[in-house]
Amino acid sequence: MFRNQYDNDVTIWSPQGRIHQLEYAMEAVKQGSAAVGIKSKTHAILIALKRAPSELSAHQKKILPIDDHVAVAIAGLTADARLLCNFMRSECLDSRWAYDQALPISRLVSMVGNKSQIPTQRYGRRPFGVGLLIAGYDSAGPHIYQTCPSANYYDCKAMAIGARSQSARTYLEKYLDTFAECSLEELVKHGLRALRDTLPSEMNLNTKNCSLGIVSVDMKFKIYDDEKVASYLALIEGEERSTAAPDGEEGDAAAPATRTDLQPPVPVSAAADGEEGMES
Amino acid sequence: MATPAFPTSFVPGPLWGNGPTPGQVYNFPGAATAPDQWGTQRTLNPSVTTTSVLAVKYKDGVVMAADMLGSYGSLARYRNCPRLQKINDKTILGCSGDYADFQFLSNIINQRVVEEECLNDGFSYTPPGLHSWLTRVMYNRRSQFNPLWNTYLVGGIHQEKPFLGYVDKIGIAYEADTIATGFGAYLALPILRDAVEKNKKMEEKQAVELIDRCMKLLFYRDARSLNKYQVAVVTKKGSEIRGPIVSEANWEIAHMVKGYE
Repeated sequence: MFRNQYDNDVTIWSPQGRIHQLEYAMEAVKQGSAAVGIKSKTHAILIALKRAPSELSAHQKKILPIDDHVAVAIAGLTADARLLCNFMRSECLDSRWAYDQALPISRLVSMVGNKSQIPTQRYGRRPFGVGLLIAGYDSAGPHIYQTCPSANYYDCKAMAIGARSQSARTYLEKYLDTFAECSLEELVKHGLRALRDTLPSEMNLNTKNCSLGIVSVDMKFKIYDDEKVASYLALIEGEERSTAAPDGEEGDAAAPATRTDLQPPVPVSAAADGEEGMES
Repeated sequence: MATPAFPTSFVPGPLWGNGPTPGQVYNFPGAATAPDQWGTQRTLNPSVTTTSVLAVKYKDGVVMAADMLGSYGSLARYRNCPRLQKINDKTILGCSGDYADFQFLSNIINQRVVEEECLNDGFSYTPPGLHSWLTRVMYNRRSQFNPLWNTYLVGGIHQEKPFLGYVDKIGIAYEADTIATGFGAYLALPILRDAVEKNKKMEEKQAVELIDRCMKLLFYRDARSLNKYQVAVVTKKGSEIRGPIVSEANWEIAHMVKGYE
């Protein structure tokens, strides 16, 4: 039933100095579909792969707007993400009300970090099962932040989270030095290519499963879905896939049985059992 | 008839003395649990007050000035009340009205500035940010029927441009190129406006001279003023508070003023 005797509660250390419940929560992020964030000197973008729990339902939203200058892409438990989004929206509004100014992204992220830390140190509670890519623009420029269930957060030039995201990170690492000077179009192309590398070979990005968000100094955060991403998808249409091998990702190899994310949309009957559908 | 064995009416003696009586309201010693007959009273008028603050935007900054007198009614009670404050390199604050209320809010602002510096994230209070926050505080206090009896001016540099804003005790707030509070609004503001209108690209030296002239004029005509004052200047290069400056006054013709005795 348990993998070991030290994973009953988040407040229990293992003799190796690990907190297993936290590590399990980190695994929840890897169950969600992939999301990519990149920034240049002028723009920050989010690109995410949307999943539909069944053919009867629409695709789950992956990029959630927070304020005019910030939005998040999520991977993990959607319900937890919505709670964090609510919190972030309220903090952003508070800043606008009190100071008539947009909340700096770094402060917003540190608030999320502080909030996430609490259930990592209290018995009987569980950490948030969601990872966020927070993209925003403030007076210090564009930002991409990654947050984890462990309450860690990282300031990133580019990052990918979610299922098979190692392939996307491999792509991003390869072109990391070019991002700063990229035009918006180039940046979106990099993001789409990185996201496409997370897909199994029989799947491809399309207007249904791809979501794009852009923010810059003179542009409020805008999220593109459905037909509105078609023109961006056309930018990389017909290009050869990157040669980056999809294997070698940590975690995935260890648990091949949970690789439901690799399959194309599952039939209704299959989706009904188990816990699928909670993550996106 | 035999005497009854027991008295016909029995009145029990007190259970105990020197303490709360059962069934009665007990007032703890030293605590006012019973409301005052008149309820609570707010401050109905300020006690130690300060007079006008003047401020003017110029080509690349803001100049602000205020004298150092703390009046107790019409008594010139304190002569060393600084009420211009440097918030950070880009923001200055000036206050007129009740001096205690200013000290109260000033302490809060200083604490917030320190806490924000501790975050060490490169962001600090901006002039419009502080102005907006002050507006919320002042309006909130007036809504509790307990206003802070002050008028605040916030000056500074925001996004490379000078900023000058006003907030009063009921939360009225606006921005303008020239602002004067209190008596200065009648005596100095027309002069400031006139000067700025005639010289839209005013240099710092001209702005400081203009403010000096107005402070002297206020000393002559405002009975609650002092000729010792401070000047705050904020530019892209930073903010500073100068002074105390003592302006030379000449009362030689004062004896010719007639009709106000």
